[in-house]
Amino acid sequence: MTTRLTAEQRDLRDAVRVLADEQIAPRAADVDASGEFPWDIVELLARQDILALPFPAEHGGLGGELLSVCLAIEQISRACATSGLILAVQELGSLPLLLVGTPAQQARWFPDLAAGRALAALALTESEAGSDAGAIRTSARREGDGWRIDGAKRFISQGNVARVVAVFAVTDPDPRAVRTRRHMSCFIVEQGAPGFSTARLEHKLGIRGSPTAELLFDGVVVPDDQRVGEVGEGWSIAMRTLDRSRPGIAAQACGIAQGALEAAARYAADRTQFGKPIGEHQMVAAMLADMAARTEAARQLLYTACLEIDAGSPQAGRWSAMCKLVAGDTAMAVTTDAVQIFGGYGYLSEYPVERMMRDAKITQLYEGTQQIQRLLIGRDVLAHGG
Amino acid sequence: MDILVLVKAVPIVGNERLGADERVDRTVGLEANGNDEYVLEAALKLTEAHGGEVTLLTMGPTAAQEALRKGLAMGAARAVHVIDDGIAGSDARATATVLAAAIGRQRYDLVLAGADTSDGQGGTLASAIATSLDLPYLSYAGRIELTDDGRGVRVQRLSPTGYDVLEAALPALVMGTQVLGEPRYPSLRGIMAARSKETTTLSLADLGIAPDRVGAGAATTRVLDATPPPARAGATVLRTDPESAVAATIDFLAARGLV
Repeated sequence: MTTRLTAEQRDLRDAVRVLADEQIAPRAADVDASGEFPWDIVELLARQDILALPFPAEHGGLGGELLSVCLAIEQISRACATSGLILAVQELGSLPLLLVGTPAQQARWFPDLAAGRALAALALTESEAGSDAGAIRTSARREGDGWRIDGAKRFISQGNVARVVAVFAVTDPDPRAVRTRRHMSCFIVEQGAPGFSTARLEHKLGIRGSPTAELLFDGVVVPDDQRVGEVGEGWSIAMRTLDRSRPGIAAQACGIAQGALEAAARYAADRTQFGKPIGEHQMVAAMLADMAARTEAARQLLYTACLEIDAGSPQAGRWSAMCKLVAGDTAMAVTTDAVQIFGGYGYLSEYPVERMMRDAKITQLYEGTQQIQRLLIGRDVLAHGG
Repeated sequence: MDILVLVKAVPIVGNERLGADERVDRTVGLEANGNDEYVLEAALKLTEAHGGEVTLLTMGPTAAQEALRKGLAMGAARAVHVIDDGIAGSDARATATVLAAAIGRQRYDLVLAGADTSDGQGGTLASAIATSLDLPYLSYAGRIELTDDGRGVRVQRLSPTGYDVLEAALPALVMGTQVLGEPRYPSLRGIMAARSKETTTLSLADLGIAPDRVGAGAATTRVLDATPPPARAGATVLRTDPESAVAATIDFLAARGLV
């Protein structure tokens, strides 16, 4: 099959591209240098309905097609990976509600999330539970009609700026429940809830404008109507969430790669050495060709994965892992080569490619490291004999 | 208040070239003329403030729909597309005849047109249409507003010394400039809604225009020769520190007597 975008998807992609070029790209270097969360870009994305993309139309959204969400993330990330992540995390944090939220829960939070009046975040990872996400210690115990949550979460993208945080906590520590992955549940905790606080923000290599928070839950009490899904369904919700959110990270990676490719192509046409533009030297031209081909291959896998996942493919997890794996490695390789094409200038913050290279690294790490993606794909390959 | 905005689909800026017949090649990809987007923005602001709807009107090939779609995504309510093989090669007068006939079939209080187009740059069409429809014509608007009683339009017409204030009773035709203010970006909701908005197509027969009144055969002007501008020589890019770059720029201009 070939992935041909519909006319509407092309219009949407092109509109976001123009917006990113004209309004977001000029902010990218400053967002990176200051390390401050770009609230102005949140407002821009909200005003242009870009944050509405993941949500159903009845709650003010634009329908939630995964490919459309990814096209937007890709185009924004082409200009600024931090800004692309704003949309990716808006979807990630909302996915538990999108997947299993009750109509009342969706009606309560989606209108504000779709309008960009509130941001979302997902709190699964802990300091001792990264790749081994089932090992989380944060607990939720019944208290009266609700739940009391205690523990700490780490590496939570936008955890401090989000109003709606989907938190995973152990509700049944019994070893049998842990073994069968029926030990955790998902809750919505709102910013401002007593006992909920941000302990600190991390200093990072890349995506420096996107805050990465350590969150503390000190006896945070939530009513039972803020439990998302059944008691004990948390692990399943988390895995289904990641199946659908990893393409967003693949889209971010494709966007970063495309941005680096374009910067390198412009530079190679402009920079003269040995009497001609360096792009006319075969070694540089060959690098550009490989960068372009790899980026396109990653993009086509991503688009196909989006369509398969939206169509309810039984192998959604595999598609999701494969597109993140290929796109993340592509972004790293392409941005590294872009720095190489710029030579010594590429190493300077005066040019954008060193930022892109630093930003690319995260796409090999979050929402499951590349090793976890390979583990998931490998398991599926063995289970299906190919 | 209902506003009709004239939109021309022009070659995507930077891609303009002449075809074999020495006419503008319209196969290179079309987009809405930049000036037209500025007057559309002014029209949308007026209807947002005073009610009513904006209708787009274009004349051009099938690909002109690209330009209409963007205008619909920005917020116009509907579009009218005059499309007919017999139109190709029309001069400004014939174009004005066709557009005036199409405008005559719409309900409107105000017609807005951009100052000129990035391909033809004639800048005569708006006045020709106003004359043909016997509408008050207010040109080079930098600002457009309704009069206090809501029955007239007031514009600031740019002049070499500032601006003149003109008023006319509605209906009227205003030709606007980029001083009106930056066009908005279409929102994603607008883009999605654009597909379900109505675009009416009209042929010459629908407009009651005999084919011999328009097209290349009826043209009263003829292009005798057209020469593309010479390719620009490579630019000199200064990569030194700002101070010496500025000094070098001044020297460059001074050597040519430009400063």
